[in-house]
Amino acid sequence: MPTPTDAKPAMPVIEFRDVEKQFDTKTVLKELNFTIERGERVTLIGPSGSGKTTILRLVMTLEGLTDGYIYIDGAPLVYEQRDGKRVPVSKRQQKLLTTRIGMVFQQFNLFPNMTVLENIIEAPIHVLGINKRDAIDRAHQLLEKVGLPDKTDAHPTALSGGQQQRVAIARALAMDPEILLLDEVTSALDPEVVVDVLQVLRDVAATTDVTMLIVTHEMSFARDVSHRVMMLDGGKIIESADPETIFTNPAKERTKKFLAAVLRDA
Amino acid sequence: MIRLPGLMGVLSGTVDAPDIDDTTSFWRWDFAWEVLPEMLRSFFQVTLVVTVVGTLIAAVLGLIIAILIRVLPKPLAWLVTWSANFIRMTPIVVQLLVVFYGFVWMEPMAIALLVYGVHYSTYMSEVYRAGIDAVPTGQWEATTALSLSAVRTWQRVIIPQALRSTVPSLGNYAISMFKDTPFLIAISVMEMVTTALEIGGFTYRYIETITIAGVIFLVASYGTAVLVNRLERRLAYAY
Ligand SMILES: Nc1ncnc2c1ncn2[C@@H]1O[C@H](COP(=O)(O)OP(=O)(O)OP(=O)(O)O)[C@@H](O)[C@H]1O
Ligand SMILES: [Mg+2]
Repeated sequence: MPTPTDAKPAMPVIEFRDVEKQFDTKTVLKELNFTIERGERVTLIGPSGSGKTTILRLVMTLEGLTDGYIYIDGAPLVYEQRDGKRVPVSKRQQKLLTTRIGMVFQQFNLFPNMTVLENIIEAPIHVLGINKRDAIDRAHQLLEKVGLPDKTDAHPTALSGGQQQRVAIARALAMDPEILLLDEVTSALDPEVVVDVLQVLRDVAATTDVTMLIVTHEMSFARDVSHRVMMLDGGKIIESADPETIFTNPAKERTKKFLAAVLRDA
Repeated sequence: MIRLPGLMGVLSGTVDAPDIDDTTSFWRWDFAWEVLPEMLRSFFQVTLVVTVVGTLIAAVLGLIIAILIRVLPKPLAWLVTWSANFIRMTPIVVQLLVVFYGFVWMEPMAIALLVYGVHYSTYMSEVYRAGIDAVPTGQWEATTALSLSAVRTWQRVIIPQALRSTVPSLGNYAISMFKDTPFLIAISVMEMVTTALEIGGFTYRYIETITIAGVIFLVASYGTAVLVNRLERRLAYAY
């Protein structure tokens, strides 16, 4: 089994192999297989309950994996095959891999007991071991980048939803993730601030080569930033293509219907 | 003024009681005035010490219990839960006596601190547990997304947020503990009420000393309540 250090550049950054996910007795994902290449930006679309969030949460190890394997840079994230058996990977190995993965949540999930700056520097200092001064410098750069240079000492509760989400993006970026998971990051926001947050993400997409796995209902955003769009239905990927194809000429009738419904509502 | 030997010789070992022979008056100011220093002494040296040290032990131990129940593997967590339940659901007097007669080499004052601290820690652990449960799942998930260590997660995210809502309840338990200190009579530690009875035993006057004890309880409880309230408001504004 390859370890993170001997991962070849050609190795997909995320690979799902025969992934199955059940909640109690309900099967949400079944025989799910896909790969995502380094630097690729992939958007997951599909009806409510199709398993988009579950996929992201599996990558972030927020959910247990019922069956199958997930590889990050070729290294097993949850289970590995050893002597033909499926065995859990060590906590250490898992931690090593999850440190390269960042996630931004729909509900921001900033730490309310810390200032904006403390939120951003906590993990870089205590997980990556970056010294405090460098972490603070980097936090200031990131706050500049997300358009909130003057909010360092504010508490999250004093910020608007859009501002909180931009801080959450800065917090995730401060860990220099290889993979950034975005789960409907604008769904909890007022319509007028959605644009600001999406602009920040467009900017991140344009200026970094971070791999992004995105769940969003903002179809124009998905179209602009994604290299690829995967249509999910009933826990399976029924279609995967470049955004141009998906949005103008999808192969599957199901995709066409779904997009028609979404675009009509928008 | 006569010097009387204390029941157990705890702390000072003696009680100062005025030499007075009046069993008809309801209230004698001069007597009240004379016993006040002795009452205050028992308050500061015993009641207050047991309450403050007991509360500190209970607050720390309670938090440890609450965290252990969350992080230990199931069977061990279950063991801790039921040990705590057992202690919480048996009277503190019984616990005082068990330790008193079971560990005869222990100083009564040490027994007092231990039993009050441990007994109330089982109440406080429930308060902490509720506080921990009230921290939204999203906070835990954010710590996973940032790969924070378990220690760091508890220390920087969960405990600070859990504590916020616990201050009023912890304050109330501190006051309860304070009001439970008269049970120390069971192991003959000279707290205020025991002192009052002791003085009464020699003077046949009880009203003054018991009233003084009551007033001291009231003033100290009320003072604590005000303090807790202020602390609570301070924390509410903290973020
Ligand atoms: N913790 C859970 N317990 C039980 N069932 C769950 C749990 N989380 C998700 N599910 C179920 O799994 C299915 C997929 O959920 P998921 O949240 O991944 O869908 P989604 O594609 O993100 O939907 P949406 O667009 O509404 O966010 C749903 O049917 C949901 O009810
Ligand atoms: Mg979802």
